[in-house]
Amino acid sequence: MWRWLHPYAKGEASYRLLGRWLPWLTGSAVLTMMVGLIWGLFYAPPDYQQGDSYRIIYIHVPAAIFSMGTYTAMAIAALIALVWQIRTAEWAIAAIAPVGAVLTFIALFTGAVWGKPMWGTWWEWDARLTSQLILLFLYLGVIALYHAFSDSRTGAKAAGILALVGVVNVPIIHYSVYWWNTLHQGATITKFEKPSMATSMLIPLLICLLGFALMTAAFICQRLRNEILRQELHRDWAQQELN
Amino acid sequence: MIPRRKKRLTWVISLIAGVAVAVSLILYALNQNIDLFYTPSEVLAGKGKDLTRPQVGQRIRVGGMVVEDSVRRDPQTLQVHFRVTDTGPEMTVLYTGILPDLFREGQGIVAQGILIEPDVLQATEVLAKHDEEYMPPELAEAMKGIKHVNPNAPDAYSEPAGDGDKQ
Repeated sequence: MWRWLHPYAKGEASYRLLGRWLPWLTGSAVLTMMVGLIWGLFYAPPDYQQGDSYRIIYIHVPAAIFSMGTYTAMAIAALIALVWQIRTAEWAIAAIAPVGAVLTFIALFTGAVWGKPMWGTWWEWDARLTSQLILLFLYLGVIALYHAFSDSRTGAKAAGILALVGVVNVPIIHYSVYWWNTLHQGATITKFEKPSMATSMLIPLLICLLGFALMTAAFICQRLRNEILRQELHRDWAQQELN
Repeated sequence: MIPRRKKRLTWVISLIAGVAVAVSLILYALNQNIDLFYTPSEVLAGKGKDLTRPQVGQRIRVGGMVVEDSVRRDPQTLQVHFRVTDTGPEMTVLYTGILPDLFREGQGIVAQGILIEPDVLQATEVLAKHDEEYMPPELAEAMKGIKHVNPNAPDAYSEPAGDGDKQ
């Protein structure tokens, strides 16, 4: 069943595959992000309570959703790296972690900037904000552990274990607003019921979500290519690629 | 699957399961402490199974809806007081300072301060909460009968206080 995947355990095959995806991902990411952000920031109607301030949602929500999404992807890569010991999966941990950390930081930062005018505070130690901050520390821990050992395989193993254990935090972030009372609002779109958002505001948000997904994938593709090349420098194909 | 991988997979899965169980037990034990605020009914009737109530003089946060027509402002100073409720009993919040833009009657707020009487909170900070609904002003007016208040307008908050003073 998984036989078609086997060639990609080799660095070179993955490198070429990612190289084929990259231009498409980058192009569509730029296009959808531009459409989504311009629509959301300039043409979507203002909110009945928050006026124009709510527009930061078009950056805040996609960044927050994919900070958790990339973490899950990183944990899956860590599982594959630990159980099947495939080197490409180990490098994927290193490729994904900084992208996720930046998304988490963007979510926390835009949240603070949004919180000041609306709630009246930059930061409050409520369950949602605190668990998202822990996610940032988990990402930083994974990055630090990966580079903490002189032997890169040991580092990947240690980082993989932390990434796997930390996945427990992802459902906590999502359900924090239901399990405890918080200053942060409940879910607007990531729930099974109908989204609590007017269609004219929802469509640009969905486009932004798609744009952020494509952008995240493009960054990870590029970073993974770099990591593969860096780790396989001693091989002939990598030398040929560079010359 | 070859036995070596099977063994590693079992290890990894039991590691995740173990951590998940440990974390859920910790969170369950800390459950009440993770809540950001007390609701007015929890302050007055007690919280949790053992109905613990905050003591007078304790520093707490109270969260609830601002009761309609309960906001009173001192015209000379920044003093303001209002009642908050969560479906049940009401509490009075005293505050001196500037309220956040979203503060209005019927709005969810979180006030932090010292409980000076069983149902009176001397707040040092009042934060506004908003719900997860987003819609354009016209739709809100049609669906919920909410008159849109532009938070950027200079007279956005004097109106509810003015209404309150007349009664």
